Amino acid sequence: MAASEHIAATEAAAQYLLRRHRWHWAEALPWLVAIAAFFVFPGYVPLGTQILIWILFALSLDLVLGYAGIVTLGHAAFFGTGAYAAGLLAAKLGWGEPISGLVFAAFCAALVGFVSGWVLLRYHGLTLLMLTLATAIMLYELGNARADLTGGFDGLLGIAMKPLLGAFDYDLYGRTNYVYALAVLFVLFLVARRIVYSPFGQAIIGIRENVRRMSAVGSPVHRRLVTIYTVSAAMAGVAGGLYAQTNAFVTLGALSFERSATVLIILILGGTGRLYGAFIGALVFLLLEDHLAKQSPEYWEFGVGVVLVLTVLFARRGLFGLFEDAGRALARRRK
Amino acid sequence: MENVLNIAVGILLDGLAYGMVLFIISVGLSVTMGLMGFVNLAHGAFAMAGGYVTVSAMSGFGVPFLAALPIAFVVVGAASVLFERLLYARLYRAGELDQVLLTIGLVFMAIAAFTFFYGPSPRPIQVPEFLRGSVDLGFRSLAAYRLFMVVVGAAMVVVLWYGFERTSLGARIRAAVDNRRMAQSVGIDVDRLFTLTFAVGSGLAALGGGLAINIMGLTPTFAIQYLVFFLIVVAVGGAGSIKGPLVAALLLGVTDNAGKYLYPDGGAFFIYAATIALLVAKPAGLYGRE
Repeated sequence: MAASEHIAATEAAAQYLLRRHRWHWAEALPWLVAIAAFFVFPGYVPLGTQILIWILFALSLDLVLGYAGIVTLGHAAFFGTGAYAAGLLAAKLGWGEPISGLVFAAFCAALVGFVSGWVLLRYHGLTLLMLTLATAIMLYELGNARADLTGGFDGLLGIAMKPLLGAFDYDLYGRTNYVYALAVLFVLFLVARRIVYSPFGQAIIGIRENVRRMSAVGSPVHRRLVTIYTVSAAMAGVAGGLYAQTNAFVTLGALSFERSATVLIILILGGTGRLYGAFIGALVFLLLEDHLAKQSPEYWEFGVGVVLVLTVLFARRGLFGLFEDAGRALARRRK
Repeated sequence: MENVLNIAVGILLDGLAYGMVLFIISVGLSVTMGLMGFVNLAHGAFAMAGGYVTVSAMSGFGVPFLAALPIAFVVVGAASVLFERLLYARLYRAGELDQVLLTIGLVFMAIAAFTFFYGPSPRPIQVPEFLRGSVDLGFRSLAAYRLFMVVVGAAMVVVLWYGFERTSLGARIRAAVDNRRMAQSVGIDVDRLFTLTFAVGSGLAALGGGLAINIMGLTPTFAIQYLVFFLIVVAVGGAGSIKGPLVAALLLGVTDNAGKYLYPDGGAFFIYAATIALLVAKPAGLYGRE
């Protein structure tokens, strides 16, 4: 009898794990919204492209921060590496094919992620925080020191892209860029989703929740952290590459502390450790920024600070968490 | 040959003056981090607030420079208690991510608020006559202000060292840094101790912020521009002591100054590379406990 109970429990657990990664109908929503926005708001297509890129960047941060629990203040290192890799490839070497440019961006960022991650993921707390921060600023200063190559604060000019897939040229309204960014985001989202619901993803969450226990059960903690860090770096590199290609322009801002802080704020605002937090956070943040920041930059910056403080104190699970709470409260009332 | 020596001495003394300011600003951060493990990224904002209090006291109320500095210490120190009780105290037991986010939020608010009230351009101050010229030391002359900063910094070191090592309050702080639970169980009110340390640390940052106006400049982005340097001082020196941040701040001040002088394009790059190398070798800093 005990054995059959045991089998039943195992069965239930297996069912639970299977159910977790099954697609929910609501998961189609962001993509439907993205496609609808393309047709309904043609004037917002360039902004929409930037939102898609920020979603991808925040999604990559979610893998390390939300799932693996690595607190980093230097994620712009990978975004910037990808941006300069794709940008320099097109501007200095004349290689304008966009998709291979993204692959190159991903590769360069992954390399930086692997090397830095291998060194610094052995540390914790303030030391880790400082190491991630110092790595990003070091790259920033490197870009500044080699301003002859990177263009420094004036920016890297002359990024000319060949038509996408050799067929789709870039129009004045940025429609090709939007579809391009959306397609890349969708593919990499599938990869991220696949990773977090895999056994590897479960191990990563385990490390976040209790690193000692994971070590005790024999999980290769350091190797797994370096792996997810490298994957995340590659993804951030693609976001940076897209940024360089769609704007045809990169400045040192791509590597700056402000960019690391902004992506962190976007992810926290949306909600960590749930993939879709990046979508909500980037959408809300960039739409608000577009409306408010130009009119009154001080009020906007002050507002960002206030929202961040309030989020930390009262809504630690972000907007996505608030939606969930509201949904649950509604469901309870209906009963 | 004499020329080279002259340049070397100049770099060293300028670097020491700069390092002293970094020390005065960062020492409070080091002690509070050692005491509570609280990652306070808004520490630079308190230093910046001190700078602006100094500016306001001098230009608004005609207070002389040397009197404005203690005012900055008191005003910002007192105001920091409010922040500590209302916001920081809620997150002592939270993870460092929450602390980082809260204090980044405060930095954003501070930058916006000071831009709103003081404008984005630098606010210079008029230092008194005797600090403006240069002092003849016999073998060479030195900018009086740099010398003044080295003297103030040295005085601060002595005062802090005495307070930390020779008073009962200092002994309680050291006990709490070493073993918080044990300190609590022998009757030390660590929470109150922390509030007090936080206030003094923020006050010192404000004092440093006032002193720094003349060499580092004062704009609303000060809070973020130099934050990394304050953090490097704490992380490299090792949190929770006086000696650690002092050595780290002087090292950083001299190295940064030398780098800017000898290799202006890539100097900063080596600072960060050296920081990474040092932290990888000694994760708890030069004088921290592993």
